[in-house]
Order: sequence, then C-alpha cells, then structure tokens
Amino acid sequence: MKIGILALQGAFAEHEKMLGSLGAETFEIRQKHDLRRRFDGLIIPGGESTVQGKLLAELGMLDDVKAAIEGGLPTFGTCAGLLLMAKKIENDSRAYLKTMDITAVRNAYGRQLGSFSTMAAFGSLGDIPMTFIRAPYISEAGEGVEILSEVGGRIVAARQKNMLAAAFHPELTDNTTVHRYFIDMIKNPR
Amino acid sequence: MINERFELNKNLAQMLKGGVIMDVTTPEQAKIAEAAGACAVMALERIPADIRAAGGVSRMSDPKMIKGIQDAVSIPVMAKCRIGHIAEARILEAIEIDYIDESEVLSPADDKYHIDKTAFKVPFVCGARDLGEALRRINEGAAMIRTKGEPGTGDVVQAVCHMRIMQAEIRRLGSLNPDELFDAAKDLGVPYDLALYVHENKKLPVVNFAAGGVATPADAALMMMLGAEGVFVGSGIFKSGDPEKRASAIVKAVTNFEDAAVLAELAEDLGEAMVGINAQEIELIMEERGK
Repeated sequence: MKIGILALQGAFAEHEKMLGSLGAETFEIRQKHDLRRRFDGLIIPGGESTVQGKLLAELGMLDDVKAAIEGGLPTFGTCAGLLLMAKKIENDSRAYLKTMDITAVRNAYGRQLGSFSTMAAFGSLGDIPMTFIRAPYISEAGEGVEILSEVGGRIVAARQKNMLAAAFHPELTDNTTVHRYFIDMIKNPR
Repeated sequence: MINERFELNKNLAQMLKGGVIMDVTTPEQAKIAEAAGACAVMALERIPADIRAAGGVSRMSDPKMIKGIQDAVSIPVMAKCRIGHIAEARILEAIEIDYIDESEVLSPADDKYHIDKTAFKVPFVCGARDLGEALRRINEGAAMIRTKGEPGTGDVVQAVCHMRIMQAEIRRLGSLNPDELFDAAKDLGVPYDLALYVHENKKLPVVNFAAGGVATPADAALMMMLGAEGVFVGSGIFKSGDPEKRASAIVKAVTNFEDAAVLAELAEDLGEAMVGINAQEIELIMEERGK
C-alpha cells in the first residue's frame, strides 16, 4: 500500500512517521508531477489552509487533486486538510477542493491560547487523545456524512464515502487509531 | 498542566513547518503577506533594517498596532518583546498573541537573564547561534527556535553560519558514547536531559527555523537545504521593489527547495532586492545580544 502525503507546508513528516510505523509506504507530493505516481490513499496534513490552498492552486494541482478525490481516492485531511476538503468555510470567503459536504468554521476556538487537548470517542473505537491547535470544527454536515467524533457538542471528525476529516491531530500523539481506521478505508472501500 | 501547554505550543510550531513567517508593519502589509502565502506574520513597528537606520532604543510595538494586524489576517500573528522584558511579554500575552519572539532585534532589557518562559501560557520563539544557546532557551521554555543570523542586513552569511554550527553540534552530540554526554552537557552549558534528547533523536526537541538576512528565494532555499524547517523573512520582503511577488516566490522556494528548475523560475524577474549591508560593515551586532 502506498500513501501520498501532500507536503506543500505544515506537519506532513508526522503523518509519514505514523504511517511508516503501521507498515504503509509513503511519499511526499510537492509538485504536479508527483501526482502522476500510483498511490492508494492521500493525506492532507495540518498547517495553514491559506498557504496550502494557494500553493495547490498556483502549482496547478488543485483540479487534479479534486478529480482524484471525486474519483474515489481515499483521502484523510487533518485540521487544515479538513478546511481544504470542506464545501464551505463559514467565516472565510475562500474554499478550495470543496469535495466534502461539510461546512467548517476556521480558527473556531480562537487564537493559540484557545488550543487544547482532550480525550473523546472516535466512532465505535473508544476514547483517543485529541490535540486541537488553532483548530476548526464542522458546523454543518450533509446527509451522506457520518459523524465520528464530537467534543463539547461540536463535530470534530467525520467521514463521507472515501473522505475522512479530523479537526484534531492524531499524528501528534502516539495513538494510531485514526490512521489505522484510514488504512482500513483504503483496504475496504465503501 | 504546564507540560500540556508546552506540548500544545510546540505543536503550533509543527504546523508552521515548511512555511515562511514574514515581518509586517501595517495591516495592509499583513494582508499582502497572507495573500502571498505566509504561514504567520511578525507584527512590528519597524523592520530590522529600519531599526538599524533609526538607532536608539528599540522596544515592543504599540499593542494597538499589533491588534490592527491581528484583525487584518486569519493566520497566526507573532510579536517581539525585548530579551528579559517580562512585562512586555505579559502585555503581548494579554492581547492573545499567538507567539512571542523574545528577540535580539530589540534592545535587550536584561543583559543577564532571559524570561522564564515556562511561566507563560503563550508560546515563545527565541534566537540561537549554536546548540548551547538553543537548548538554554528551550530549557527556559522556548517552544520554537530560530537562528539569529544578523537581522536587517540582507546578508545571509550569519544565518548560514549559525545553522551550520547548530547542525554540526547536533551531529556531534548524536555520535558520542552515552557516558560522554555528561561532560558534553557541561561544555555546552545545558541540562543533561536536553543533551540526552538531542543524542537520541539527532534533532532539537522543538522546531528550528532560519532567520536573519534572508532576502531572496535562493537564500530561503539555501537555509532549507542546510536543515531549517522553515524561514523567517524580516526586512527582505518589504524593503524590496516588488514585495508581493518576492514574498510569493520565497514561499514557493521553501516548498520546493530541492528542485533547482523551480528555483530558477522563481528567481526570475523579481525586481530590486533589498540593498543590504555586508554583515562585517555594520556597527550594531544584534546576534551578540543574549547568550
């Protein structure tokens, strides 16, 4: 199994490390030609959504990535990755890939002083540690979206067909539950 | 609780990796920086080149000016306080700055002690010229490190020197026998546990950016090649002929620093670079501040 990790900006190395520990092969996607390689899954990491979104567009990758996700490529976005996949961002006029039927709120917990970590349930897989860094949450989810986690009444993880989105950063903890769930999405597509 | 806060603060720096943090002095510049792809901005009244030109004592910026920039952009906003100036740092924390830079660019308020950064909830970034300085700042609670370079010069030589020294010292520490670490920690003037961390992980315990004298996309790429995890650009952008284009090119150069064809394209037609002064021609050596 080979997983491409969007490496334009942000915390992509942590995903590589975690997936590596689970036996998945990874490579970094930095340019359009990297997208021509064959891969079974895509990670869109945390970072700044404005930076990644701009680079996706200006490096000519936005349409290709969008088409690949719409074509069924299993994709996992964390934090900024969630924002890039969202159909709409409530407090921002920008939207990027618009593949997932969710509305997100950016910097929803405020500035860095609002960043926090907590334990909460991920789907039926029990409580896991969740790290929120200037994080978004999902304010509205469409019909086909399965809600996997809620914290304080806000949706923080969800799945729609081949797309998995988390407002928190499982790659910054040593708990591999969410990454194992994603690998399972690749192995057993819906 | 303190530890959890430190983890969250270290993790914000993780999100900045592979990015460019730009100095801005007005909300308009902040918007240009954000639109050009900055992953954060540093709000300050005068960029380092102008601090040099103006001379005199340089202090924390007016909170009103910083708030104006916080309102203008959605990316993280950083601001500088003087080395050892606990009160300025508390003021910046009170206005909910995302990162405080305890910076040698401003006039030091304390010529011996740095701020006890473990006593704060907001994260700090500090400058360092070598591994010893970096680990001392981390021990004081810094959640991110940057090379000092020589700010406001447009001359990258000191940033290169500091990054080279830091990486070489990390490699050296990594190669020692475990029983040699106690003495190595003593020589570096750092706690043993931090020396042990570097020995085991072959890296700093926090994110390490380059800063001080970066003026072109090629400068930024050079710093990434030497092991920086991202780049601060101070005077280099808004002292140049076409700030928007240069800022955008530097962002792309940091992402694709390993692709020379891309770098060649980015270096084209950027207009006037900041004039710059050679680091050996200046009288005020900012990097000497705070060891």
